[in-house]
Amino acid sequence: MAENNQSRNPEIQYIRVLQMENGSLDMEKAVHDYDPEKVPVKGHFYMPVQCQQCKNPPCVKVCPVHATWQEPDGITVIDYNWCIGCRYCEAACPYWARRFNFTKPSIPADRLNPEMDYLSNRPRSQGVMEKCHFCLQRTRAGRYPACLEVCPTGTRKFGNILDPNSEVSYILKNKRVFIQLKEELGTSPRFFYYFDV
Amino acid sequence: MITAIRNYYVFLGRCARIAFVGDWRYYAWMGLLTVFCLLGLNAYCRQFAHGLVTTGMSDQVSWGVYIANFTFLVGVAAAAVMMVIPVYIYDNEELHDLVIFGELLAVAAIFMCLAFVTVDLGRPDRFWHLIPGIGQLNFPASMLSWDVIVLNGYLLLNVHICGYLLYSRYQNKKPAKWFYIPFVFIAIIWAVSIHTVTAFLYVGLGGRPFWNQAIIGPRFLASAFTAGPALIILALQVIRHVTQYRITDKALLTLRSIVQVSMIINVFLLMCEVFTEFYAGGLHITSSKYLYLGLHGYHALVPWIWTAITFNLTAMVLLVLPVSRSLKWLNLTCVLCITGIWIEKGMGLVIPGFIPTPLGQIVEYFPSINETLVCFGIWAFGLLCYTIFLRMAVPILQGELSKANEGI
Repeated sequence: MAENNQSRNPEIQYIRVLQMENGSLDMEKAVHDYDPEKVPVKGHFYMPVQCQQCKNPPCVKVCPVHATWQEPDGITVIDYNWCIGCRYCEAACPYWARRFNFTKPSIPADRLNPEMDYLSNRPRSQGVMEKCHFCLQRTRAGRYPACLEVCPTGTRKFGNILDPNSEVSYILKNKRVFIQLKEELGTSPRFFYYFDV
Repeated sequence: MITAIRNYYVFLGRCARIAFVGDWRYYAWMGLLTVFCLLGLNAYCRQFAHGLVTTGMSDQVSWGVYIANFTFLVGVAAAAVMMVIPVYIYDNEELHDLVIFGELLAVAAIFMCLAFVTVDLGRPDRFWHLIPGIGQLNFPASMLSWDVIVLNGYLLLNVHICGYLLYSRYQNKKPAKWFYIPFVFIAIIWAVSIHTVTAFLYVGLGGRPFWNQAIIGPRFLASAFTAGPALIILALQVIRHVTQYRITDKALLTLRSIVQVSMIINVFLLMCEVFTEFYAGGLHITSSKYLYLGLHGYHALVPWIWTAITFNLTAMVLLVLPVSRSLKWLNLTCVLCITGIWIEKGMGLVIPGFIPTPLGQIVEYFPSINETLVCFGIWAFGLLCYTIFLRMAVPILQGELSKANEGI
């Protein structure tokens, strides 16, 4: 939140971690609100969902004003100054990854992250869309996205799939199970899930 | 040339003036509509200042009753074609003098459509981003860009046709065929296109199985051709009641048969959809389950949809029976059709597409009071426009307002 200058009131978050029952990937059985004493709850696993950075992003296709597009490095971004707030992309996204500023976002002045990028973490205005952008301001400078750095279990991996020697390439080649969420929709996410057990 | 322009200005001036003249019923009606318009405007100002947080929408249900009304009204606008086709293709005499009332309704409906999409925008001040040249219209990839084009095109076509025919009648000249007949035929195809494109807006979203079905387009057309002519019947009844304009029973009954056939097709298509969803089952039917039966204890839409189905079925039975040949019963039937289809296409189509969300979460939607006031305001504005159009058109068609009596 601090990294990306997210609105604190109302809160806007890019990642939703679903609590799933073992044995099913049916998201309808997922629990969205949970607050147990200890995680993981026995018999459950956790599935974080955020922008999947699709290769064929439906959100880009439907935007009537070209306010959102895919960058050459594959990240789908939004120009907050061009978005008209029609929310068609929010309806089109199969991963519920987009968020709308229903009112003026607020960030306490002392919590503002001054290291900003035009297409990523600069503060947004009322009435426009926003979403996860893999922390462009960090990743393009050769750093990991903030979510990787804060993950306490090292579950998240990030890297260049095109580089055969990268860690992510190794995982995709060698780990037993990996999935692309809603693969049947043809969106071809560049966000993969794998099971390391 | 200069006289022609001057004449046209005189015409526009007289039309504008007559809009402010009427009997006490006219003033009462217009006064009431103005009050609602202002209430709506006030509510919209609140929304403009505080954002869409003043509505019942959320990230989970990101379109609500604005887009629902928009969808319904595109249908009403398209339905004018159901009077145009009998008149211009089959030379129906009864409807001939009435077709213009249908086209004027289309104009008013498009005004309302444009208002509904504008109030739905988070940044209405940036609407110009849609204008090719100064903005960046994502054409042809985005269905919304198609919608912008077809709706505005349809508006222009109808304004041209109505305006030209009325001005010719005002001048007591025979309208030049080449100057409007080609546009009439373009408008016929265009009318079908506006509603098809609006359906494709939903159908094109692969991540929303409730909308991602080919039958939505045909269903849109069938329901539009039911609700639209039903609305025209009611409007004609009012015109007949409050003016001297002659409208035959036969004309109304012709429209009745249009509503009749469309309603039967509409109910049939609905049945096809319900069968496909529920018989095969599977995971993709959860939205339908939520709509018709409720899901995991959430059932905000269930009373709505069953009201709609009851209204539609009752209307269909009444339309098939000879009883709806009596005009009183026909009025009731039309009200049932309009309400039933408004619910079915509005709340019944837009909202369940979002419930559950693509991640399986169920968040229900209830329109807020502010949002409802905006809707009433826009409807009042549309009716206000339509009333003004009729106030101008009826005396022109009757010859009371013409070039011959200028200056009297």
